[in-house]
Amino acid sequence: MTVIQKQAESDNPVAHLTPEDIEAIGSELERIRQEILDSRGESDAAYIRKVIDVQRKLELGSRAVLLFSLFPPAWFVGTAGLSLAKILENMEIGHNVMHGQWDWMRDPKIHSRTWEWDNASPSEQWKHAHNEVHHTYTNVVGKDNDLGYGIMRVDEDQRWSPFFLFQPMWNFINACFFEYGIAAYDLQLGRNLQKKHRSNPEFRARAKQVLRKIGRQAKKDYLIHPLLSGPSALHTMSANFTANLVRNLWTHSVIMCGHFPEGVATFEKKSIEGETKDEWYIRQMLGSANIDGSKLMHLMTGNLSFQIEHHLYPDLPSNRYAEISVQVKALFDKYDLPYVTGSLPKQVYSAWHKIVRLSLPNDFMGMTNKTPAPVAMPKRTQTAEAVA
Amino acid sequence: MLREGLTRVAEALATPLVPADYFDMFDPLRKGADLRGRIEEIHMETADAATIVIRAGADWAGHVPGQYVRIGVDIDGVRTWRPYSLTHGPRGDGRISVTVKAVPDGLVSNHLVRHTKPGTLVHLEQAAGDFVLPPEGGRFTFITAGSGITPVIGILRNLFPVTDDGVLRLERSDNFDIVVVHVAPSQPESIFIDNLRSLDEAGAIRLIARYDDQHGILDVNALGELVPDLAERTTYACGPGGLLDALESFHDTKEVPLQVEKFRATYVEPGEGGTVTFAKSGVTIDVDGATTLMEAAEEAGVLMPSGCRMGICFTCVLPLKEGVVRDLRNGEITSVTESDNVRVQTCINAAAGACTFDH
Repeated sequence: MTVIQKQAESDNPVAHLTPEDIEAIGSELERIRQEILDSRGESDAAYIRKVIDVQRKLELGSRAVLLFSLFPPAWFVGTAGLSLAKILENMEIGHNVMHGQWDWMRDPKIHSRTWEWDNASPSEQWKHAHNEVHHTYTNVVGKDNDLGYGIMRVDEDQRWSPFFLFQPMWNFINACFFEYGIAAYDLQLGRNLQKKHRSNPEFRARAKQVLRKIGRQAKKDYLIHPLLSGPSALHTMSANFTANLVRNLWTHSVIMCGHFPEGVATFEKKSIEGETKDEWYIRQMLGSANIDGSKLMHLMTGNLSFQIEHHLYPDLPSNRYAEISVQVKALFDKYDLPYVTGSLPKQVYSAWHKIVRLSLPNDFMGMTNKTPAPVAMPKRTQTAEAVA
Repeated sequence: MLREGLTRVAEALATPLVPADYFDMFDPLRKGADLRGRIEEIHMETADAATIVIRAGADWAGHVPGQYVRIGVDIDGVRTWRPYSLTHGPRGDGRISVTVKAVPDGLVSNHLVRHTKPGTLVHLEQAAGDFVLPPEGGRFTFITAGSGITPVIGILRNLFPVTDDGVLRLERSDNFDIVVVHVAPSQPESIFIDNLRSLDEAGAIRLIARYDDQHGILDVNALGELVPDLAERTTYACGPGGLLDALESFHDTKEVPLQVEKFRATYVEPGEGGTVTFAKSGVTIDVDGATTLMEAAEEAGVLMPSGCRMGICFTCVLPLKEGVVRDLRNGEITSVTESDNVRVQTCINAAAGACTFDH
């Protein structure tokens, strides 16, 4: 994608919107938000408590089965169960609780301030990189580090260098060890390992925090749990490694589908100067992509299959995104905006295709031109000039 | 030693959670758990008041009659805390009980009286309060209004247990000379009145019941006519703030000792702006109702956590100990009383009354 301001008028999906339209879209989105806030209550609380309860029992059960992982059926069942439990814990529970989606319950045990997740990155650092930076500056080239995580080129407007030739490989390695990738990313390791930043005490403290967390996580999965399995120790170790790998591959795939598939818009830094809340909403609408699927699929993605809705309302309970999406989709249709969505295989392919394509310079041998696609926000000032 | 080792292993296995998170799923009332209780029985006392019998968790440290317990109930998914007087002295069956009167617009009281079922898990704090009698006895006047009767009932039931055979007179209670002045709008609304009457008939206490519709509104300054030897007694009063204030000034002038039990107001009428205190920073500022708490605090030099500044990232949430704030996006009011454990987003909320932050 090219940043939306650079695109020809005819390709720009918001060129037809008047400032009044943008305002009306903003008001409608606020109305939907209020509707959910007004009806948020007991059944939502029961939902998250149920998910947490099921996840914990699934994890306990799976780990118990893995105590006998020497027997292949036990290894298989235990690994499958633990993989599911880890995915649920990271996606539907951890990610969403840390967003503050459940803070309204005033339950100190299910609160963004107190939650810690089964992942290498400490929640505090993840919340800064994710909630604060990514969700505020979504898809703004040069501001949102989630665009390629600093190791990949996922937009035509990110400058090419030979380093990116290997990005399909980086991406695969990153997918396998995604939790460590996230931890390194939240630490801004690339920048902070440079000589001038390396001795920064703040960075050192945060790095220590990450290492401690990784230590505890590794001790659990690769030392204590295997030791408890006695003769099954090595099998339990391999089961836990596999469960972490499955979780990493899954979460990486889901996350890639959120912003990388073709059709998703990116934005220039200067486009968000003086951005109104309504314009911020439009940016979230165009900067995210959904995944179609069943209820189970939505649960396993932590409802990030409703990435568009999640970016519009990162603090609303995830179990409500499905019903919100009906109204949001209608709004897209009403204003003729591209609601980017597709099946998981289609979106994963699309994201990977882009990563391979952009590993090469723009217009490389005439092969790497993207299909024409979206987008320049009709700025208030432009309209004022037009009117004048 | 073995126990310690097992704990360490359990902790290492449970990380990033703690073992308690798993134990809680199976036994939330066990020793070592956060203090909780399970509601076992609900008895209606009058049309709008009920006594709720709770099996408290294993770590319940007991109470002295007259003390209260703070109870946290999930209502519409939101944990809400209220203090209630413990209405029985320590019971033989180890359970605790509170009597709740459903007041108009009372969120928690209506929920407990009308919508709660036995089996519900509630959150508890240890008993607290110094509205208790000295064990050696003495002469006392209790003045109670409305549901202010509840701590007094707790004290009286402990001193004079009522059984099927009537009121028990225990040796330890011989040294207590008690007059109860109970005030209520009208007779049928008065909870525990039968209990008080039977104690009066048995000669355990002297009851002076005052109903607004029969006797008119109680004139505090005429208390001496109702209780001639008031000055030789110690007064214990529990009721609405207005009555307690009047009693305080009356007792001050008469130099009669007074012990009051005041339940904090649970709802503060929201206004525009207010005095905001950042307790740890030691800063107090007056802010208007249109400025966000974050802007106002930063202006005053308080170091505030901040992130997106538009209400989405939850980096800026701070614990509001007490006060009322208004969400500037939709006007939503958050009203907080002590230990509600509420954190509010400072970047989109403005003061709607006096606020104290733990920051």
